[in-house]
Amino acid sequence: MDRVLDGEGEAPAEQRARAFANDGLPPPLDLLIGKVADRPAQVGDADWAAAKTSGCTEDQLFELVICAAVGKSARLYEAGLAALAEATAEGRPDHAS
Amino acid sequence: MRLDVLDRGYGAGTKLLFAVIRLFSGHAVPDAAKLTFYRSDFYGARAKEFTHLAMRGPSAWSVGDRELMAAHVSAVNECAFCVGAHTATAAQAYQDRPRVAAVLADLESAPIAEPLRATLRMLGKLTRDGTIDAEDVREVLAAGVSPQQVEDALAVCAAFNTTNRLADAFGFELLGPEGYEAGAGYLLKRGYR
Repeated sequence: MDRVLDGEGEAPAEQRARAFANDGLPPPLDLLIGKVADRPAQVGDADWAAAKTSGCTEDQLFELVICAAVGKSARLYEAGLAALAEATAEGRPDHAS
Repeated sequence: MRLDVLDRGYGAGTKLLFAVIRLFSGHAVPDAAKLTFYRSDFYGARAKEFTHLAMRGPSAWSVGDRELMAAHVSAVNECAFCVGAHTATAAQAYQDRPRVAAVLADLESAPIAEPLRATLRMLGKLTRDGTIDAEDVREVLAAGVSPQQVEDALAVCAAFNTTNRLADAFGFELLGPEGYEAGAGYLLKRGYR
């Protein structure tokens, strides 16, 4: 995660962070990135055609799409780990319920 | 691929490697593998490391179980490329194609052990709804799954929720049955590195 967010890249780090969070990217990038995060099977050529009108290079779009995919997966992973921590903490003697 | 750089943006050494792979395997390098070679320092190197650890690292889950989890998550995401790849890999790992097909057709009636069924149910819910709660995990633990196994399954889920998105976004070319079988053989022999 740190590499795609904070490492060297063609897209500005702030833009990568917005793609990672799927929040705050301006049109037309928001359509492609939103679908990558929430409806990946529905990404189509039209979404790419629109994104390419943003003026981003292919390398920048490559980075933003990866950030969106990794960001969504990281949120799922964290939600799962948090649920596991809560479920197992309740069984411990020092857990007040 | 929907980006020209992912088809043509490779250095001479990588192009030679792709040609050698094609020569010896009889199959073009699949898009899933090509992606990891493009600017590998940005994504591919770390992605391969994480996925290999999740799928082939130490775990109480078998390789077949983890490949089935990958296929199941891919099916929930409706990612045709990854469903094909990991259905084939799980089937080869188990040496039991009907069992894998049964899980993908109907998890609740499929002939698998309850701990695995409960875990697949949890991964499906997490992928579909975007979250799970402690009660969802408690049901998995009650089925006989250890906390470490839950954590291992969540890592598989994370790896394939990333890969599914990239497959659909970048437009990975679907393979024929022979291509998926060849890829499955490679993944079982060499892993994801």
